[in-house]
Amino acid sequence: MSLFSVNKPLNPRSRKTVTICSFILPILLWCVVSYVPFIWHPMVEITQPGSVSYFRENMLVDKVLFKTESINAAEKGTELPAGIPANPVYLPAPHEVVKAFYASFTTPPTRSSELWLHESLWSSLQVIFYGFLLSSIIGIPLGILAGTYDFFSRLFEPFIEFFRYLPAPAFGALAVAILGIYQAPKIAIIFIGTFFQQVLIVANTTRKLDPALLEAGQTLGAGNRSMLFRIVLPGILPDLYRDTRILLGWAWTYLIVAELIGTSSGITWFITQQARYKNFDNVFAAIIIIGILGLTIDLLLAWLGRRFFPWQNTN
Amino acid sequence: MSDLILPDYRVQTDAVRNRFARIKKRPVTMEVKGVSKYFSSKHGTITALKDINLTIHKREFVCVIGPSGCGKSTLIRIMAGLEQASEGEVRLDGKAVDKPGPERGMVFQGYTLFPWLSVKQNIMFGLRESGYNKGSAEAEARQWIELIGLSRFENSYPHQLSGGMKQRVAIARALANKPKVLLMDEPFGALDAQTRSKMQSHLMEIWKNIDVTVFFITHDLDEAIYLADRILVLKSNPGEVQEIIEVPIPQPRHPDQFLTAEFLATKKHLEQLIHPANQDDDEDHLNLIRMVPVNDDVGSVF
Repeated sequence: MSLFSVNKPLNPRSRKTVTICSFILPILLWCVVSYVPFIWHPMVEITQPGSVSYFRENMLVDKVLFKTESINAAEKGTELPAGIPANPVYLPAPHEVVKAFYASFTTPPTRSSELWLHESLWSSLQVIFYGFLLSSIIGIPLGILAGTYDFFSRLFEPFIEFFRYLPAPAFGALAVAILGIYQAPKIAIIFIGTFFQQVLIVANTTRKLDPALLEAGQTLGAGNRSMLFRIVLPGILPDLYRDTRILLGWAWTYLIVAELIGTSSGITWFITQQARYKNFDNVFAAIIIIGILGLTIDLLLAWLGRRFFPWQNTN
Repeated sequence: MSDLILPDYRVQTDAVRNRFARIKKRPVTMEVKGVSKYFSSKHGTITALKDINLTIHKREFVCVIGPSGCGKSTLIRIMAGLEQASEGEVRLDGKAVDKPGPERGMVFQGYTLFPWLSVKQNIMFGLRESGYNKGSAEAEARQWIELIGLSRFENSYPHQLSGGMKQRVAIARALANKPKVLLMDEPFGALDAQTRSKMQSHLMEIWKNIDVTVFFITHDLDEAIYLADRILVLKSNPGEVQEIIEVPIPQPRHPDQFLTAEFLATKKHLEQLIHPANQDDDEDHLNLIRMVPVNDDVGSVF
């Protein structure tokens, strides 16, 4: 079987097909569960309440309850209720989500004080951007110093090692007390969530630089400063870039926590709000938007990475 | 080889003897004086090098051979200043060596080119460090690239080059700093036989034309004899000088000399030094092999 040879790349055509399948298969599974009536569908959507007093049209009831009420009605000889099998409200069908996806951008917010979806998204992106930028501006230099000089490694890493086990969300209340209720505490949570990991990961990456390159530099007459700026920095740059991409994914995770702190805002506010109204199609649409945004940014960064580092022959 | 009647490796022709006399009159470039190196481990102190003494004259080519673990890499790293001797010292032009510097260029087995720099930029690295401005460093690097025959590749990255090409760039990069000594740690060890012999001639050609002293580690006896004026033979546990051999083959060297009597005599002597004639361990294994059942149509290969 050529599709399953150990450690051999697939041919380009199968590779493309399999990549597409990686998206198609989950969607297909979702479609099957949503559209094939005899798979799962634990509820019944009432089309005709019949004689059952508390049934309403479009109401979702448990399958068992529907059955008992139907038997009751049949025994009494009154009008039978009618319904079709349905999934619970928290699993909307694909077409509903697609509709919601479109509608969420076109329907104005229910209250004038609320934000449009794209405005919520924009606010989320800003929180991530500033939180991550702040973390990187401080964390990357500290990490490189710790990875290059044992002195800084001993100075920073033990405390950071301790601090990174403290869960970022635990600082929510504190962040609000210090920084107020708007964007600042949210940015702080993203910062706390990424910064400590970042220092340690960057330090590790720096330490992994081939020591032979440093020795070669020394025998070519490079001084301390040159070693740092002409060998260490360019030497770790591709790995540093990759680390940053991975950490950006973490920052997205902390976003959800960050946005629940102080005044709810951003995409998380949108999601919780919609879940409260039981508009789960909107919830799914919003989650998928986050996924698409994250993937797009990552692909963009990967593509840029190939342009930035032409000396890397990896694909 | 054993049937051949070979001269003694110490017998030198007049030309060779005169050359050695001339070399000894040249000023001393590098001196290794009583260098020892100890490593401490859980199981006590390990002596990697014990009382090494060596005097290298200007523009001499010295090779080092020895069994693995004899400390030849440690020795060259101490000479480069990458490691410190536990006892004794290394002197370059009379000054003690304490840290790496561009006057002792080094070529490593693993090439160690900077992967993010092109061929030209790699060669410019040391020049820029020693204060050349960009333009003159570039001009200088171009000359070196031409000398090593890689003009077509001056803007290529190291990953686009073959092993032999990479090592040529590494040699040029070290030599661009105009070092007094070129230290080479098994530089051709990772190359295939053909590339290796090309690189050997290449290195000889460079050495003939440039004012540089070469200290060269190898585990290949032919390579050592072909390249060296003198060969330092180390033995292991602890790493000590076993013998310093004056190679009795006239310069300039040529591949034809691989089969001359002097060459073979030297090689025979080196073989005896490096692989002394007790092979009991191997005998046991060979006996075991005879016990493996063979089911083969061809009864015997002899």
